[in-house]
Amino acid sequence: MAGKRFSKPLAAAMLAAALLLTLGGLAAAQTYPDKPISMIVTYSPGGATDFQARIVTMLAGDKKYLDQPIVIINKPGAGGQVGWNWFATKGSKDGYTLATYNVPHFIAQSIMYPTKYNIHAFEAVANWGADPAVLIVPKDSPFNNVKDFVAFAKKNPGKITVSGAGMYVGHHIATLQLEKAAGIKLTYIPEKGGVPAMQSVVAGKVKAGFNNLSDAFRNQDRLKILAVADLERHEFLPKVPTFKEAGINVDNSSVNYRGVVLPKGAKPEIIKKLAEVFPKMFGDKKVLGKMKASGSPVKIMTRDQVIKMFAEREKYLQGLLPQLKKKK
Amino acid sequence: MLEFLQYFPNALTPINLLVLVLGTIGGLFLGATPGLSPTMAVALLVPFTFHMEPATGLVLLGAVYTSTVAGGAISAILINIPGAPANIATLLDGHPMAKQGQAQKALYFCFISSLVGGLFGMVIMVFFTPPLAEIALEFGPSEMFWVALFGITVMAGLTSGSVLKGLLGGMFGLLISVIGYSPMLGVPRFVFLDVLTGGVAIVPALIGLFAVPQVFSLMETAFQQRDEVSFKPQKGILWRTFAENLKKVKALSIGSVVGTIIGVIPGAGGQVAGLIAYDQVRKFSRDPHSFGTGNPEGVVAAESANNAMVGPSLIPLLTLSVPGSPTAAVLLGGLLIHGLFPGPDLFRSHAEVTYTFIASLVLAQVAMCGFGLLMSRYSHTVMKVPDLEMAAAVTVLAVYGTFSVQNSLDDVVVMFGLGTLMYLGRKVGFSAAPVVLGIILGTIAEDNFLKGKLIAETDVGLFKYFFTGHLNLIIIALCAASVGYSTYSEVRQYQKAKAQTRAKEAGS
Repeated sequence: MAGKRFSKPLAAAMLAAALLLTLGGLAAAQTYPDKPISMIVTYSPGGATDFQARIVTMLAGDKKYLDQPIVIINKPGAGGQVGWNWFATKGSKDGYTLATYNVPHFIAQSIMYPTKYNIHAFEAVANWGADPAVLIVPKDSPFNNVKDFVAFAKKNPGKITVSGAGMYVGHHIATLQLEKAAGIKLTYIPEKGGVPAMQSVVAGKVKAGFNNLSDAFRNQDRLKILAVADLERHEFLPKVPTFKEAGINVDNSSVNYRGVVLPKGAKPEIIKKLAEVFPKMFGDKKVLGKMKASGSPVKIMTRDQVIKMFAEREKYLQGLLPQLKKKK
Repeated sequence: MLEFLQYFPNALTPINLLVLVLGTIGGLFLGATPGLSPTMAVALLVPFTFHMEPATGLVLLGAVYTSTVAGGAISAILINIPGAPANIATLLDGHPMAKQGQAQKALYFCFISSLVGGLFGMVIMVFFTPPLAEIALEFGPSEMFWVALFGITVMAGLTSGSVLKGLLGGMFGLLISVIGYSPMLGVPRFVFLDVLTGGVAIVPALIGLFAVPQVFSLMETAFQQRDEVSFKPQKGILWRTFAENLKKVKALSIGSVVGTIIGVIPGAGGQVAGLIAYDQVRKFSRDPHSFGTGNPEGVVAAESANNAMVGPSLIPLLTLSVPGSPTAAVLLGGLLIHGLFPGPDLFRSHAEVTYTFIASLVLAQVAMCGFGLLMSRYSHTVMKVPDLEMAAAVTVLAVYGTFSVQNSLDDVVVMFGLGTLMYLGRKVGFSAAPVVLGIILGTIAEDNFLKGKLIAETDVGLFKYFFTGHLNLIIIALCAASVGYSTYSEVRQYQKAKAQTRAKEAGS
């Protein structure tokens, strides 16, 4: 009975929907975006990437920018592999599915694991942040500078435990670089994200850690920050030396870049539109204010700059990582 | 404490109160929707707080956190599907009560116990934050490994039937938890199908294990004559239930204390607080066999525990920036956005906002109970829904809830697959709770064992790392006691049964 009563309006609605979809398809290029856009975050809610992604996209619904909101969808797992694999293979290419990227994480994974993505699977849109890795030790640690740390490690190979946010994330890369540059051996402890890795150091469960500069900055009362893995000192921590200043040749390859990509195969008009709008949106005073208040370092880069950065990082990591594969 | 009273009135401004009430009502509905866990609900709301005053934004998040935890009990009791992992234990006795026509009473028990537990947790938080923060930091890989193991010892008690089947179900859950990429080495394990690459996430598993068998059994019985159970609104039972509930001192206090302790332990979260409290109350009960058949004490224990967890789970967050539960991790984002960095500074420079937040959490407990009780009056309408319509509605909710977690069809496939297996398992006497517990604890145990092993090898060695230290020894003793007691009561029950048969034989 009920079926008959509803059938006419239902059929009409379906017809209308079908019509709209066809029309929508035709007009997509001009009117994009005409519905909310989803953005895949490959880490769990509450992590640094998730929370910054929510800040930098908060103005997407503004008329000045996209006039459509961006909805965050978390697909965590295996250090981001689950989300990026899904995005590269199943993400829609119509411009309504974006993803956040983390460099060097996704590039290192694409070298070390049989992933379904590499830098050529994604179309860069823009970069919003750069968070260098810093070497941290517990407050009561005997290490007061990089020299103490390296001297101890030389005498006790493998005895220093170093926590980080997971396998082949920036923190891991920094650990590998430090081992190589100083000629020491450390024991890297991969944790499920930066927050538990930080906790292990604060509680003295590990002897040291690499962690995000922003998180270390917020926790500096309970830590000692020995060095920053970047080319210059950071404005948040002007007293902390870079590794190079401390005499160890570790560059900025582990800096955690965060930004937005489209899947390969997205229409050039859509890429162009987003690549124009996003850097402006990231640079909005309101966004910058929230980022600053939350202690999240901003680095806005355009599509061209991101493409160049991807290529540079891939080249460097291809040099650093295969040696490791052989060691195992 | 003084500051707490000083800033308490701030939570009472009209706008904050309005947000509190709306957040609570919304949270109850969100919590009652399977799949929309407290973590999801809070994550969805964080962006809304960008445009609010810091205090108001936090009041909203706090109210939603509190009420979603309790709201999950509504679906657990009425349709036998826990709204979130925290509510699994609620269902064990809550749903049998509902089937006996006492849904409203079960819900009253649930909200009153939530209030008691929640307030207990908040009091502990207000008075003992600094020492508890120190304890929270003590939990490293070895301690967490033993905590997970303790949770595993609880599994046997979660089935009303055979202990062996409880343990086997738990084993199955542990095996499921290792599907997907290994957390340490990044290698895929047991990924026979493409849909399994991401592993089996907890929410799809939870919904599948509980909802799908429920749908099947609803369909089985849909054409049979229904039992004569009246599903009328029960009038005038509120105050009687209130008094009855408060008399269950043992269940309430065990639930509240267990919930508080689990809340402080970072990473364990409220997911297991309800189950562990339920098991303890059952063990200390004079009549453990009535659990699982509609004993109100089961509901009281589970709900007082999972709400007691809310306050303490914020202790490590507010003082050390270490979230005690997945939801607290999302709240951390909500704090950071307003430039509130957890740590001693939070209580000094931002005392006003911080204490307003804490005060609103206390008020949220009261609001949650009030609105929850009000909603319970309409629970009979859900129980009156005919089985076939109910089966359809549950299916829709299950698919919707599973899909919404990460917009993934794979999860829906996993949900139906596991659910079908569980339906068959239920036919031969397995129950779903130990399986879910296995899935939750397997990951915690594995991660921490591997982490501990790596650390131990650079340090004092495996044995010394896991078997020395006060905290390790205390938790190991608890594990031993739990196993010992289960074995003892099994043996006693066996002997009793044997004596009875002998007596019968002698009698005949």
